[in-house]
Parts: sequence; C-alpha cells; structure tokens
Amino acid sequence: MQYALLIYAEPGYQEALPQAEREAAYAEYFALADDPRCVESARLQPVETATNVRVAGGRTLVTDGPFADTKEVLGGFCLIEAANLDEAIELAARIPAARLGGVVEVRPVLRRDRA
Amino acid sequence: MLEEVFRDEWGRVLASLIGFLGDFDKAEEAVQDAFATAAERWPVAGVPANPGAWLVTTARNRAIDRIRRERTLAEKIHLLPVPENVMDELDDTVIKDERLELIFTCCHPALPLEGQVALTLRALGGLETADIARAFLVSEETMKRRLTRAKSKIKATGIPFAVPGAHLLPDRVDAVLAVIYLIYNEGYSGRLDLGGEAIRLGRLLVALMPDEPEAHGLLALMMIHHARRQARFSGEDLVLLDDQDRSLWDLRQIAAGRAVLDRAMELGGRGAYVAQAAIASLQARERIDWPQVAELYRRLVELTGSPVIELNRAVALAQAGDPAAALRTVDGLDLDGYLYFHSTRGELLRRLGRDEEARAAYRRALDLATSAPERRFLTRRLEQV
Repeated sequence: MQYALLIYAEPGYQEALPQAEREAAYAEYFALADDPRCVESARLQPVETATNVRVAGGRTLVTDGPFADTKEVLGGFCLIEAANLDEAIELAARIPAARLGGVVEVRPVLRRDRA
Repeated sequence: MLEEVFRDEWGRVLASLIGFLGDFDKAEEAVQDAFATAAERWPVAGVPANPGAWLVTTARNRAIDRIRRERTLAEKIHLLPVPENVMDELDDTVIKDERLELIFTCCHPALPLEGQVALTLRALGGLETADIARAFLVSEETMKRRLTRAKSKIKATGIPFAVPGAHLLPDRVDAVLAVIYLIYNEGYSGRLDLGGEAIRLGRLLVALMPDEPEAHGLLALMMIHHARRQARFSGEDLVLLDDQDRSLWDLRQIAAGRAVLDRAMELGGRGAYVAQAAIASLQARERIDWPQVAELYRRLVELTGSPVIELNRAVALAQAGDPAAALRTVDGLDLDGYLYFHSTRGELLRRLGRDEEARAAYRRALDLATSAPERRFLTRRLEQV
C-alpha cells in the first residue's frame, strides 16, 4: 500500500536547533528519502510563500496563503510504499519532526483502480 | 448449550477466517453463515466431535462459494485469486489459533478507543451488537455504525492482522490491556455482565500470552475485584471496604485470582496492573497490612505519576495509623475538582478532631456529587461528624 506521511511542525523548528542536532535531523531526512520504500519526498518552502486558489462562478480567486493561524503547518511530505499501517507508522516515527514537537499524519493513498 | 459452544468458538473461528480471507467483513459474513447452518443442523444431527473445526471448514467453504458467486456476477471487477476449496475436515491441530492477531487488530491505537472496545467485545467476546449497545447505553444503530467505522478503518488504512514486532509489542500490549480494563470498569458501575466479559477476555489473553506478567496482573486484579462485587453495593448504595459483608465475597474466585497474581510475580511482574492486583489481594485479607498497601501505592505513583493514586496512598497511610501524615499528603495535591479529594479530606479531618473543617470538606464533596447514591453516602457522613 502507499501512504502519504504529512509532516506538520512549527515553522523554523529545525533552524532553532543547536547546530549538531540540526545536522543530525537533516541527515535523518536524507536517510529517509534514500530508503527504498520512499517513493517521493519533499520539503515545502515556508508557509509565507503559500498561495490559495479557489474557483467561484468561473472566476479564479487567488489569495495570500494560509487559511488559519495555526502553530503547526504542513512543512513537507513523504510518499511511501509499506506493507501495512504498522510499517508506515515505523517510518513516520523516524521523521525528526515527530520527536521535535511536530506531528506526522499518516494517510493511505487512494488507489486509482479502487476508486 | 449450543449458545455456549457458539460463544466459545466465535472468536477463534472468526480469527481463523480473517487470517484466511484477509478481510474482516467477509470473514464475519462467512462465520455467521456457518453458525446459522450449525444452528439448523446440530440439533438434528448432533454436535460434531470437533465443533470448532467444523465451523471453520464450513465458514471457509461458504466464503469461497460467495467469492465465486460474486466473481461470476461481476466478471469485470478485478478480484483476488480464489483460494483452493478446503474439502477435508480440519481438526484443532491444523487450525492455527489466530486470536492473538485478532486482539492486536481490534486494539490497534489507530482506531478510536470506543471502536476498539466495541470491536473487541464483538469479535473476541462473541457478543451481539445489540447486547454491546445495551451495555454501553447507546442505540443498536449507533453501535452498529461504531463497529462499521472501525472495520472500515482497518481495511482502508491497512491495519495488519498480525502480532506486532518486538519494538512495537510493549506499547501494543499496553493498549490491549487498557481496552480490557476499560471494559471491566464499565461493568464495575453495576453492569455485571461486562465485568465477567472482561475477565473472559483477560483469561484468553493470558492463555495466548502465557509469559506476559502484566496480562496476569490485570486478570488477577479483575478477578479479585469481581469476587467482591456482591458486597460492594447495598441496593444502589456503595458499601466501603470496611463495612462490606465478607460472607458475600466469592472466596474461591479470590483464591483463583491470587494464584494468577503469584504467576505474575514469578514472571517478574513489576508493572502497574501487578501492583494493583497485589493491593486488591491485600485488601481481601482478614487483617489488612496497610503499611504494605501504602508501599504498593507508592510504587504505583512512581509508575503512573497519578495524583488520584497518591490520594489512595494517603488513605492507606491513614489506615496504617497516621492520619496527620495522610492529611499532609492530601493537602499537597491539586485535585480541587475531584469529589473523593474532598471526601477523603473530610474523613481525615474528622479523625484528627477538626470537625468544623471536616464538615466544610464534606459539604464541598457534596457539591461535586452527581449521582444519588454518592449524595446519600456523603450526606450520611456529614451527619456523623
């Protein structure tokens, strides 16, 4: 099965770490990206760069990003291939944000042939 | 009689079918089919020598028939390959017991807690949805939805039908124990059947994980508590330990519970359930060793950090003869919104001869009481100061 690991964390949480820990966190992210079970992964630019797009009555409405003023924002994601939820949880638990005050949301990806 | 066999076999047959089909709903349908067939045939033809194996075989065949039928009905839909039909009768030694896998699936922390509880009672306890609904005071429709949601999440998110790996196991065992204890405590407030149901599940878990000390600890705790249930209420009123009529205690069950506790100790159990079982065991003695009870509560506080348990430790200290030390402990707790904090203070102050303060504390407790038995109890205490 494919799972999306959606990484929510406070903006700048990595930069706020002492250098050694920061480097260790980066190394863990790279290791995860190199894991053969990882299909795709990306870190997003800060939430200030977000643009919201809506279409209403045939008009495209573009507004400045984030909707709500929440502390934790979507900062990146991994798309993984895992045998089951427990394996996905294991990979999610390896994401540094999960132990640095953030949270990783694990969501199964809808398979096209099942939809 | 037939109902007994069904209840005993349900979990095992269902687990076996889930393992076979990899699908909760399809397995449940097939097992229901097999049980319906048994209900028709057994009273006429007699109960087979090995009812479990008969049920598993029949359910498997039903499932295969159903898959075949669905396949011809909808050929375009891509289906899993159909397993070989199982024609030969299986016996117990062939049927793998997969109930442990089933327990870990039902109690997976990705499911909402109320879903875990309902699913455990349905799948392993073999209770009917209507009975579970009644026990939890919700409509059958609500309980049905709860079960359906849980099963859908298992399927959609790929919750495995497996015993978790070593590094996940301790947390997952805790989750299973918590679900069983939750079921027990639902039954504790007067609905006795759930208490018995939880003990059944506890026994099953001990049989499936014979080396797990906390599973033994939980079972012992529930058995010893359950053995005193007849003495705990007088009508609707709660009866305190000191005032309980001991002739109402089920001494055989207490002894059986102690034997389970001994096993937990032999296995090196030092966890929270073992400690609570040890306390329950001490409290079921003719003369209670309160210093020892206080010491066990101290260990529990260390394990859990719970102020409510610290309150219990204070009660044990008072019973051991030191109400002043007990009061000092209680006054250090931040439990102002908790009824038993105030009723305990009231009792300690009364023992120390500080009647005016004792009455104030009891009145505060009375303000927080919600049920009629609690109010009656506290009113009586207040009058006695």
